[in-house]
Amino acid sequence: MKSRTAATPFALWMAIFTIVPMMIVLWFAFTDGNGGFTMDNIGKIWQYAGTYVDSIWMGGLATVICLVLAYPIALSISRKSEHMQRTMVMIVMLPMWMNFLLRTYAWMTLLEDQGLINQFLGLFDLRVHMINTDAAVVLGMVYNFLPFMILPLYSVMAKMDTRIIEAAQDLGSNNWQIFRRVILPLSAPGIVSGVTMVFVPAVSTFVISKLLGGSKFMLIGDVIESMFVGDGCDYNVGAALSLVLMVLMLVCMSLMRRVDNGEDELGGMMA
Amino acid sequence: MKLLSRIYNALIFTFLYAPIVVLIIYSFNDSRNRVKWGGFTLDWYADLFQNELIMESLWLTLEIALLAAVFSTIIGTMAAVGIYSMNGRLRSLMMGVNNIPMVNPEIVTGISMMLMFVAIYRATGLLQPGFLTLLLAHITFCIPYVVLQVLPKLRQMNKHMYEAALDLGCRPFPAFFKVVMPEIMPGIITGALMAFTMSLDDFVISYLNGGSTAQNLSVTIYSMTKKPITPEINALSTLMFGSVLVLLIVVNARQVHDLNKQKERR
Amino acid sequence: MSKKIIELKNIAVSFDGEPVLKSLNLSISDGEFVTLLGPSGCGKTTTLRIIGGFITPDDGDVFFDGQRINDLPAYKRSVNTIFQRYALFPHLNVYENVAFGMRVQKKSNAEIRETVSRMLELVNLKGFEKRSVSKLSGGQQQRVAIARALANNPRVLLLDEPLAALDLKLRKDMQTELKNIQKSLGISFIYVTHDQEEALSMSDTVVVMDNGEIQQIGTPQDIYNEPENAFVADFIGESNILDGVMLKDYLVEFFGRQFTCVDAGFAPNEPVDVVIRPEDIDIVEPIKGHLTGTVTNVTFKGVHYDTIVDFKGFKWLIQTTDYYPEGSVIGIVLNPEDIHIMHKSAYSGMFGDYSSYSEEFDELGDLQVSAEGILSAEEAAE
Repeated sequence: MKSRTAATPFALWMAIFTIVPMMIVLWFAFTDGNGGFTMDNIGKIWQYAGTYVDSIWMGGLATVICLVLAYPIALSISRKSEHMQRTMVMIVMLPMWMNFLLRTYAWMTLLEDQGLINQFLGLFDLRVHMINTDAAVVLGMVYNFLPFMILPLYSVMAKMDTRIIEAAQDLGSNNWQIFRRVILPLSAPGIVSGVTMVFVPAVSTFVISKLLGGSKFMLIGDVIESMFVGDGCDYNVGAALSLVLMVLMLVCMSLMRRVDNGEDELGGMMA
Repeated sequence: MKLLSRIYNALIFTFLYAPIVVLIIYSFNDSRNRVKWGGFTLDWYADLFQNELIMESLWLTLEIALLAAVFSTIIGTMAAVGIYSMNGRLRSLMMGVNNIPMVNPEIVTGISMMLMFVAIYRATGLLQPGFLTLLLAHITFCIPYVVLQVLPKLRQMNKHMYEAALDLGCRPFPAFFKVVMPEIMPGIITGALMAFTMSLDDFVISYLNGGSTAQNLSVTIYSMTKKPITPEINALSTLMFGSVLVLLIVVNARQVHDLNKQKERR
Repeated sequence: MSKKIIELKNIAVSFDGEPVLKSLNLSISDGEFVTLLGPSGCGKTTTLRIIGGFITPDDGDVFFDGQRINDLPAYKRSVNTIFQRYALFPHLNVYENVAFGMRVQKKSNAEIRETVSRMLELVNLKGFEKRSVSKLSGGQQQRVAIARALANNPRVLLLDEPLAALDLKLRKDMQTELKNIQKSLGISFIYVTHDQEEALSMSDTVVVMDNGEIQQIGTPQDIYNEPENAFVADFIGESNILDGVMLKDYLVEFFGRQFTCVDAGFAPNEPVDVVIRPEDIDIVEPIKGHLTGTVTNVTFKGVHYDTIVDFKGFKWLIQTTDYYPEGSVIGIVLNPEDIHIMHKSAYSGMFGDYSSYSEEFDELGDLQVSAEGILSAEEAAE
């Protein structure tokens, strides 16, 4: 017996529970209620084009904010002592292990018109309407997915050989040049995986938008969910919407990877 | 510069923990009003344990998480061993398949499995959405995490170790259990813990695959947030946060232990 | 050195379509110390792994004691292996590592205790029984690996670059120790290395390999003094390799001059490779020399000077204890026994000119090490 056969149960399981289901999505997307071939479902997607754009825009915005917020803290954690690094990573991970519905729900308490932030602002007569706005949804995304950005960035930075930075100093680079020419390009793989880990769930979420964005269908996740749950179900259109979402995400990710390969491009973008 | 970075880190940590602190404080608030402080109480904790809906879904969640962790750990560990001994195209195919549930939007993964279960149910009357479909779905999305935890441990292992056991007269199966298993055990345990926590925390896939009979905690919380919320949720959050904290400290202590062991080895 | 214990017949192996061994034939006698020597990628480790049972050859047969063992799995063969970087079991202590094979065979505790203590004595590790193997030094780990393999009482011990991870001093000590262990046990050792000095000082027989083929089999003296082709001449020690023509038996022409030599059996006027070892060349006054040349470079090496001498544009390496400054003109005398003649081979013209001399040999050595370093780094990354 070859040891590679140990992967057989895995291969079978994944074939049945991921590959076959994908095929079924494909089948639903291209058939009508009676099982006949149709392109109607794909055609109906155009009416949701705006929702796709909104979702990608809000998810993208949240991703960029996450990256900007996460980069400095990841860098600073990676420069600490080993023990300190472990502790800080744990502090970053801890909220992630808390049920994410509860975390999002907590933000409702904070953001409401009568919520804690407004009570505080009320002391200065500065009440702001926050809940059920786009900004609240983006905030929810940033909050929920920030650790997913910090961790991959940190793990790439922690592996970075400090002698490389010393070599750059030795060759006469100043701090900014070291960052721009050494640290940033070397952390590119972390950026790519961080962006992937934030962007995909942010664009496709439906819980955050429901809890913090009010009841209207804001994001494509909400629309897809409504096609499968409750009244007004339409599995076929829902499958087509899912398919397009999946393809869009794949395209975004491969674009991202291309940017990673041409790291000068990325450097140029950031500088 | 140092001070600046400290202040910045403190701000980020405040941002991450503010909502959690709020939840914890309000779990002791003797008022139904979410925003007013009405004095200290433990009533919500008492109510929580009386709440059958919450307690039932809590048990279901734990049951599913435990079973999903066990099955995904077995399948995932075997998969890692198999993939480790593959090369070239077959290996990248397997890794590609392993990545599907990880890069696919969760809602798409959830829907694809739901559609399959519904199709099977309609065609055969088997697999009515419920406990079993929920478990199958959870095992599926947990497997990749186990594979990704065990595979690096296999790669770190001296690849001649297994051969050395054979060389000394051990048959392949005993050689694996005597020599390889102890080496990759840390990866298996971390993988199992990850699977357990992923399952515990899952909402989207459970929401779509549990049907009306098998609602895990996340789904129950979701249905509660639709109505005016009772502070029992705050009490539940606090308890969950506490248990996660304990769990993480245990995991962390284990990792420190492993790390020290690795250092000794060098 | 009596009967054959291992025979490889027409062994061929390829990985992913790349041939690694091409029809290899080799036989090893009972009690013989055989070294497989060659650069990395030459197929020496593959050969060892075929004997150990970790690779099944695509073609050809493996015999152990006259029995064909192609299909016998590793755990049933009475050969044991010392692996690269030892492959000790980190979760077991020294005693349990050595006892591993006997536990598998369900030997009695008394017997295990007796054998382990005998083995640890053999490798000078008495008193280390309870130590964790991860707390041992490289040299001690090496000894545990030897004790573990020998505890199984093998007829043949396979050693895959066992000393590569040790520092120079320790390596020398272990060489002597391994040789003594082999002599006292009287079993065959098959030893893989890329270190020519190690091969020459330990072995009864050296098998020089390159490119999946055996280039030469012989005693260390044969290999050094009578290299079969330019590859062997260059890989073992330093060599000046020149184009020549064998006019007739015992007479060779190169550099437009005829020299008496001790080789015979070539076709008349056959083009040949002429090997002259740098330490065999006698330097004399220019007027008395067979050839005269100009010193272009001198490097002090401790015992001798590496002196590069230009003879009509062809640069020779001469090792001499006398110092000749750069620019000085010298003569050399070549005695018949200093001249060694080889048939032309695929390797002719690839080696032997020192015109690009710049610590060439050291560089090559480093290259080898770094290539293996990269290899093991890749393995680790896999």
